[in-house]
Amino acid sequence: MARLRDWLVAAAVLLVGRRRPPATPPVARRIVPAGAPDRRAETAVVVLLLAVAACAIGFIVVYALDRVPHQTQFLGLAIGLAFAALAAASILIGKRLVAEEELEEDYPGQGDEDAQRDVAQIVEESGSRFTRKRLLMLAGGGAAGALGLALITPAVSLGPVFDMDPFYETPWRRGRRLVDGNGRPYRASDIQEDIFYTAFPEGADPESVAAPLIVVRLDPAQLRLPSERTNWAPGGILAYSKICTHAGCAIALYRSPLFPPVEPKPAFVCPCHYSTFDPASGGTVLFGPAGRALPQLPLEVDAGGGLRAAGNFSGPIGPSWWGVRMKDAR
Amino acid sequence: MVQKLVRFLDERSGTAPFVKKALRYVFPDHWSFLLGEVALYAFVVLVATGIYLTFFFDPSVAKQVVYHGEYVPLQGQEMTPAYRSVVDISFSVKAGLLLRQTHHWAANVFVAAIVLHLLRMFFTGAFRKPRDLTYYIGLVMLTLALLEGYVGYSMVDDLLSGMGLAIGYGVALSVPFFGANLAALVWGAPFPGDPSFWGRMYITHVFLLPIAIGTLIAVHLALVALRHHTQFRRPRASERRVVGMPALPAQAPRSLGLFFGVVAVLFLLGGLVQINPVWLWGPYHVASATNAAQPDWYLGWLIGALRLVPHFDWTIGDYTVVANPFWGGVAFPGLVFGILFLWPWLERRLTGDTGFHNLLDRPRDAPNRTAFGMALLTWVFVIFIAGSADRVDVLFGIDYTAQIWVYRVLIWVLPAVVFFVTRRVCRELLAGEQVAVARAREQGSVPSRPEVGLQGAPGGQGAGSFGDGDRLPET
Repeated sequence: MARLRDWLVAAAVLLVGRRRPPATPPVARRIVPAGAPDRRAETAVVVLLLAVAACAIGFIVVYALDRVPHQTQFLGLAIGLAFAALAAASILIGKRLVAEEELEEDYPGQGDEDAQRDVAQIVEESGSRFTRKRLLMLAGGGAAGALGLALITPAVSLGPVFDMDPFYETPWRRGRRLVDGNGRPYRASDIQEDIFYTAFPEGADPESVAAPLIVVRLDPAQLRLPSERTNWAPGGILAYSKICTHAGCAIALYRSPLFPPVEPKPAFVCPCHYSTFDPASGGTVLFGPAGRALPQLPLEVDAGGGLRAAGNFSGPIGPSWWGVRMKDAR
Repeated sequence: MVQKLVRFLDERSGTAPFVKKALRYVFPDHWSFLLGEVALYAFVVLVATGIYLTFFFDPSVAKQVVYHGEYVPLQGQEMTPAYRSVVDISFSVKAGLLLRQTHHWAANVFVAAIVLHLLRMFFTGAFRKPRDLTYYIGLVMLTLALLEGYVGYSMVDDLLSGMGLAIGYGVALSVPFFGANLAALVWGAPFPGDPSFWGRMYITHVFLLPIAIGTLIAVHLALVALRHHTQFRRPRASERRVVGMPALPAQAPRSLGLFFGVVAVLFLLGGLVQINPVWLWGPYHVASATNAAQPDWYLGWLIGALRLVPHFDWTIGDYTVVANPFWGGVAFPGLVFGILFLWPWLERRLTGDTGFHNLLDRPRDAPNRTAFGMALLTWVFVIFIAGSADRVDVLFGIDYTAQIWVYRVLIWVLPAVVFFVTRRVCRELLAGEQVAVARAREQGSVPSRPEVGLQGAPGGQGAGSFGDGDRLPET
């Protein structure tokens, strides 16, 4: 019985105790300074938050609708304005509804010298049993270096890092036909003055960097090709690699003035950095940053009037690199 | 309610004392301190929109597919799955174009905010001890951000991508002694490269670089918090005491407001202002190029540099020592970043000032640093502007060749002029303030703006020094 009574009393105390409002410790002092309420700002924040909700719902509605004109624009507007209203609400809270207080604090010190010394000491004393430190360091360095080298060796699999041959290779051979982007062979009679043509090797990958040519026709009397190339341009038709020797963009501009006073001579221009090449003199650089002449492809006209390569380029194609002048195009 | 939650967490983590300190962490208030925050928030948007885009983007280029999507002008064209998936994100995925454009705008704003943040750090001397490590990490992040942006637009395989990659390949080839080997390694084959290269770019863009940048952001912010913010001179602010608003309640809503504002601006740009319309450029082919497609602004300085170099390759016999694109594509950015990395050390050497600095300089307080910074900025900026000479030719008919020759002179003359003019202006401003202070003392009155003339305080400096302010004594 006594135990039951104890339990009852305990339960009653617990219950009564629970009913009592939770004892809030008296606030000794505020941490955040008090301030006057600002009901107008509060109302504005509420309105802004409602605007956020409205814009967000607007976003969902625009998204759900099919075939809305300018859907991207409306979606962007809705979600953008939602965030803009949210930003405005936040800034309003920051400026008007929370305490403006300026606190001071010490900057952290300039480092703990005792701790620094201890750290160094622990490290040094940890190695105090070694007698031949230098030798060990050397051996350790050798081990780390060799192991590091071993671990990066598999990176060589990423690409043909030591094989320079592909940089000299081109699909152009004596007798190979020049075709257009659709594979239709070019005839010498197709090539007009003041227009440039893009040609590819027949039956080869057009996406190979050595494939595309830029082909133009100049008045044979204007040509000033090097002496060994005198028969490379039958009827004044010239072919060059289309890949700029500066940074490898396709030469997509042909400056062929229809108004003689504007510019004196036709030229190839790369649209990336405006390297300018002279087709009449074997692709020499007239202006811009390219450091090498544009490789020229010798041409011949077959019995049927078709354009064919008469050999390989005058040199390796594409941007310069350390070995670009060391071998011929193959 | 709040108390219960705090108790729940503290009993399980014991972090309440730390959180209490963090909530009352003091932020000195100045608008220019928010530039880094803008970059951070742009990064958050980049990650969020980027994750969405990965669910739709297909990085493969191994085989060509024929387009049968919603965009009529490309109907029936052969293209790679990479390019098709980006066209599909733009036209077939609902809200896809909004998120793609927001992502691209965020990238532009991200780099812009970092650059402005860097300028603020430089010209106020915020990079000095104990924050030089923070500054170096920031510079690394800037280089990673540039690379991240470049890889991002390169893996799309539209015409602009291909041109950008061709130039990147040309620049890689130009590196002396091992450039071609390096390019073969990275691209997997001579240009346009092995199809696996696109997979490599993809994992780099969506995983390696974001993880690296995210980690560095964490370290950067941790260092900022550990050493506390710098502050401008003002009443009660000193090398030992930082004055400002606490994180809660004053700073948090402002910071959140800035975050939401950045998100708002990026979404509005993404929805309303077109950026990189890949469907106009078309798929890339080695034989195609155009000058209508221009890359993001932050590559402009490199384009300008590549274009300004006169036409020569440096050769010895048949050996090409330095190919032309090296100067504009590697040496120029390498020099600019090299100077920025070396500057804290260089300034310590030149001034002998190795002390701690929590108070910021105004640009005028350090005339030599400000003059040098302005000269460097001018150099980079004029080269950047030179990168737009072709647009100026097209839009205003000013001859391209003539412009390039003008720029080739200006890039050397203007920085020198700017250096001397800036230094003079800084010194005059300082001298003017000293006159004002002296006059005020004569009349027995205190200057109305307390910060004016403070550099004349004990431990002050003469004009022409690198502002050493009231530095703490070496311990």
